[in-house]
Parts: sequence; structure tokens; C-alpha cells
Amino acid sequence: MSDDTATPDSIETPDSALGAVLDAAKRSDLGLVLLTLGLIYLAATVLTFSNGLNSVVGLLRTLTFLGLVYALSALALNLHWGYTGLFNIGVAGFMAIGVYTMGMVVRSPDPAFGPPGLGLPLPVGIVAGMAMASLFGLVAALPALRLKADYFAIVTLGISEIIRLTLQSSAFDTGLRETLAIGTGGGRGMGMPDNPVRSLFLVDGQAGTPTALGEFVFGTFGDGGLGIANNILIGWGYVVVLAVFLVGFYVLLERLGRSPFGRNLKAIREDELVADSLGKNVDLIKIKVFMIGCALMGLAGILWFGSQGNVSPTPQFEPILTFYIFVAVIVGGSGSNTGSVLGGIVFAAVLFEGPRRVGSVLRDTIDAQTPPTFADAVLTLDPTAMLAFATDNIAPLQFVLLGLVLIFIMHRRPQGLLGDRIETAAAVDLSGRAGDRGGEADE
Amino acid sequence: MSKSEADAEPGAAESMDSPVEQAAQQTPASLPLRVDGLAKQFGGITAVDGVSFEVEAGSLTGLIGPNGAGKSTTFNCITGVHEPTAGHVYLDGEEITGLAPYEIAQRGLVRTFQIARELSEMTVLENLMLAPKNQLGESALRSVLPGLRDDVVDQEQELRERAWETLDFFEIDHLATEYAGTLSGGQRKLLEMARVLMTDPEVVLLDEPLAGVNPTLEEKLLDRIHDLRAEGYTFLFVEHDMDVIMNNCERIIVMHQGRVLAEGSAEEIRNNEQVIEAYLGEDI
Repeated sequence: MSDDTATPDSIETPDSALGAVLDAAKRSDLGLVLLTLGLIYLAATVLTFSNGLNSVVGLLRTLTFLGLVYALSALALNLHWGYTGLFNIGVAGFMAIGVYTMGMVVRSPDPAFGPPGLGLPLPVGIVAGMAMASLFGLVAALPALRLKADYFAIVTLGISEIIRLTLQSSAFDTGLRETLAIGTGGGRGMGMPDNPVRSLFLVDGQAGTPTALGEFVFGTFGDGGLGIANNILIGWGYVVVLAVFLVGFYVLLERLGRSPFGRNLKAIREDELVADSLGKNVDLIKIKVFMIGCALMGLAGILWFGSQGNVSPTPQFEPILTFYIFVAVIVGGSGSNTGSVLGGIVFAAVLFEGPRRVGSVLRDTIDAQTPPTFADAVLTLDPTAMLAFATDNIAPLQFVLLGLVLIFIMHRRPQGLLGDRIETAAAVDLSGRAGDRGGEADE
Repeated sequence: MSKSEADAEPGAAESMDSPVEQAAQQTPASLPLRVDGLAKQFGGITAVDGVSFEVEAGSLTGLIGPNGAGKSTTFNCITGVHEPTAGHVYLDGEEITGLAPYEIAQRGLVRTFQIARELSEMTVLENLMLAPKNQLGESALRSVLPGLRDDVVDQEQELRERAWETLDFFEIDHLATEYAGTLSGGQRKLLEMARVLMTDPEVVLLDEPLAGVNPTLEEKLLDRIHDLRAEGYTFLFVEHDMDVIMNNCERIIVMHQGRVLAEGSAEEIRNNEQVIEAYLGEDI
């Protein structure tokens, strides 16, 4: 570093130091993701610092959880939309299929505990959930894939709504119970099986009797150490599991993308007729990729909503969920897997959770009555009252923010943060000719 | 040899059961593409009306005709974009009538487009590596599973080398890592030819390959086509430009109003009264 100071430009050390970090981060995908996460953590820590370590760690857990589940869903959608150009706006429906199937397979057969299930082990339920989501993908794809993008979108949206309304229907629930002895719980939804991560920390998942691992973790960070609540620590345990799944998704999709299969997908996105006239069975490839993507959406649904205690069709699987996931993909840049991860994290922390948190912290610092209506807030001509009104009504304002961000991205950076669609679609390095360079990396 | 046999006993073919077998009998191996009584109607309009012709192996056959003669429709019926109303198309003696475009392409009959359709958000190299048939990594599973992926990577290395060689041949190797969307019109035509070549085609259908290409590049493209023909590739060349066809094709098929008007060498076509009357006017 010090040698560089010979040049006058690098005298402003803070600038160049930050620049150096940014440069290093930009060079590696992981670095960029970690840097973004670091900045978000920093902001969240500053925001809740006065409330103590427990709330800081709790907020960080929430943000990381949301970032990861959005990243998982965005990755799955990126396979459809980013790679293949399939305008699937039924993501919420396929996630619902995944998590509901898992619930129905794993839940106890005894109707005394709510909607009965088959009582099979959790891994079976997860595989079944993915398979069922994939199967619904097939059913959706067969008639729809010959349609043009916009009509295809309408069909997928329709399917997603049919799925949600069917799951909500008590007649469907009753019918299932009478014929197959399983139930959906209708509008009230169903309780999810116990999260196995919980029993890593607590014997049988029961509060009060920690396992050896639980003893150690709670002792170090919990009551015995830093005073962080046990539930938050268990939550972090699940975040680690999600991170492992995220790496799995990423590796899977990168491999799919960097292969002749991925090349076919890209070709279909660019020009179906060309792919067809070069001997590629476009319909079959589309069906395959749609099924793979739907299975991943099902798994993302399981990992996300299956860990939330209870699922119900209506607030959770409305089309707005699909919209959020699309925003994550677009912010990150469609076509880029790293972009989808980054987009998921940025969307969840900055656009989804951020405004609420910032709003509520701001509200606490304002010493003013909240005016009952917008008109009242404006008529007071008092900026404090207006701010109080704004922070108290942060949820609708959030949509305004989301809209502005989308307009800005579409206008200024339509390719998103990372998506210039430059990811190589080959299993080997294409940057040069094999003989040209000494250190070929692909032996 | 086999051709003379088939010609010598036309009655023998009639005893065969299926049209495919008949075709196999009648079409010698030296006729990679044969079109027989091809017709296509759109509603009440007959675009192609009983067209029959043959393309010999290793030949550069020209298909010309004025606008509306039915060239493009014939082309689309051969490549499977349209299903013909009547008639048959045989590739190497096997019937390919009514197959999907991708099936026809897999059997070795590959087309180029009048307006080059490069895949603009893929690099030139990716465009080329897309084309080869039956790549191992086209299976999603093989691309993903650790043990199986090694084979895919091996094959990809071979493909990459072949793609480079093809780019060398067309003298666009300096563009290998560029995005196809950044290429000029002429370079796109070269790219498209190179891409078709990567599929190992039996017969290449060129749909006005010289449309919108400057004279220098036109020369280059034609040179490449002649080189490839010398290597044994077969071309059917649809073109507007009479001079190009006359100077380059050894056999020429003239279409007019959905029918084949004349067939023969450039000299024969030049001297054909009907052709002069119907299409060429006083030009030649």
C-alpha cells in the first residue's frame, strides 16, 4: 500500500482503501455477496444498537433468514426467467404445492391434531413436495409451453391462483379427508412438522432440556454468556442450514448453466426458431427445465414456509409473493445466479424488511401525535407530524419505494446489479484457445 | 450404379409395399434430397403446386424464381416449418415429410436464415458450440452429477477446438469471444454458416445467404461454400440474384407460380425459352 503513495492519486487513503476492498469484492462473486451482507449487518447493528445485543442478533437473524429464502426462490426463478426466458408468474403456487405436500406427507395421521397426514419421515415429505411441485410444473407446462411469453405468464398466474384457492377451500379439505384420509386444513391452514434443527439444540425439541450442542451454544452465547435468547440461537442454526441449501442450489444451477444443457436454455431464450432449426427439441427442453425449476421452487417453499410453524394459503401464497421474488431476480439481474443471490439479499433486507425497521426506529424518536389521515398530516404543515404519519404508515409507503426502485432500475440499469447475461454457457473456459495460454484451468 | 438400376426397372418399384421402401429403392444414395410432388395450400391459395426435384450429393443446386414463385414455401415445407398438403420429401432415401424442424435438422438437413439469426446474448464461440448434435451435456443429469460431468467436460474441450477450427475456416476467429449481437451483418452471415457446419449437416439449405452482404464478403462466402462443396457437403441455394446462381450453381431449378418451370445447367436455363419468357424477360 505505502509504495503506491508515490502516485498523487492514491494519497486519499480512505478512498483508495475502500476502493481496494470494493475492487477485491467485485472480483469474486462470494466477496460481493459477503460485502453486501456486511453492509446490511452494519446498518442493522447501528439501527438497533441501543436496544442491546439480543435485538441486534435477532434482527440480523431475521434479515439473514429472509435474504436466504428470497435468494433460494430467486435462484429457482432465474432458471426459468433468466436462463430460459420462461415468464413464470406462478411461483407462489409451486411453492405452496411443495410445502403443502410436505405437510400432508409428514403430519400425523391422527385427525385429533388437525389436518391428518401420512405420518412419514420428513426427508420423504421433502422429496414428495419437490416431486409434486415438479409434477404440477409438468401439468402446467404441457399445454402452456406452446404459448407466447405473455400468454404463458397468464396461464401460470392462473394455475398459481387455482392452487391457492383450492388449498383454501374447505370442500377440498373435506373431500381429501374422506377419500385419502389427509387434509389441507382449508383456510385455517396446517401446522408444520417440527423443525429438525430445533432438536439439534433441544432434546426432542422441548424447551428446557438442551442437548450437548445446545448446552455449549446456549452456554457460550445464551443465558450463560452473552445473554442472547435461545430461540434466536436456534434460528441462527436454521440459517446455517439454509445457507448450505443455498450453496447447493447455486452449485446445481451453475453446473446446469455451464453446460450444453444451459447453452440450449440460453438459445431458447434468445431465439426458439434457431434452436429448433439446429435440431434441439425445444418443447422437451422447456418441459425439463420447467420441471426442474418447479421442484426447486417447491423445495424453497418447504425451507421457507415449512419452518414458520403454520402455513395457510391466503396471506402467504398470494401472487404478491411471486412479484417479490421477481423483484429480487430483477434487482440482482436476470440470467446471473450470483445476481439472484445478491438480489434476494438486497430485496429482503433493503426493500422488504428495511423500511419497516427504519420506520419504526424513526417513529420512536419522533415526539408527535400521528395525524389520523393523510389530509390532516398535510394540513398541519408540520414536517414532524408528516414524518410521524409516514413512519406510522410505512407499509403502503414501502410499495411506493418498491415502485420507485423498479422504475429506477428499469431506466438506469435494466440488467440489474449483476446480470449482463455474460455467464458462460459451457463446461469449459471459453476465454481463449486451448493451446494459446499456458495455464489452462480446465484439466 | 444404383441409379441406373433403379432407372432400368421402374416397374419393380411398384410392387413394393410402403412408400418409404419405394423411395429407398428409387432414391440412390447419391441423392441426399429428393422432393416429390410437393404441394402446399394456404386456405384457397396454392403456394406450391406439385414440385418435384432432386439434389445430388456434393452439388451446389440453385433454386430461383420471381417473388411469389413458391421458393420460400418449398423451403419451409422441406425444413418442416410447414406441413405440405401433398407430396413427399426424402433425405437419403428416408421420408422426412411432416417431421418437426428439429427432427429434420437432427437427420442432417439444416437451414440458414435469410436474415441472419445470431443468438445475440451468447458469444460467437457459444453460438457455435450450441450446434453439434447429441452432445452428452444436453442431458441435465449428466451436466450436474459429479462423476458424469467429467465426460461432458472432455467433450466440451473437443467441441471448443472444433469451434475454433471452424472459426478459422471462416476467418472470424478474432471474434470468438465477442457477443454475437456486436457483429456486423456480414459477420453474422458467416457465423450462421459456421454454426450450421458445426451440426455435421448432410444437406445445407441456404436461404438467400447473400442478401444484404457487401461484394467482398459475398466473394468470401461463396469461396467458403465452394470449399465445403469440394469437401462433399451438399447445398441447396435459394437466391434472388440471377448472376450469382448462374455463375456458381452447376444445377439450377427455376420455379414459377408454384411449379418447377425448368431444371438444368446454367447454360440450359439461359437458353430455355420458357424461362426467358416467364422470368428473365429480355435480360439474358
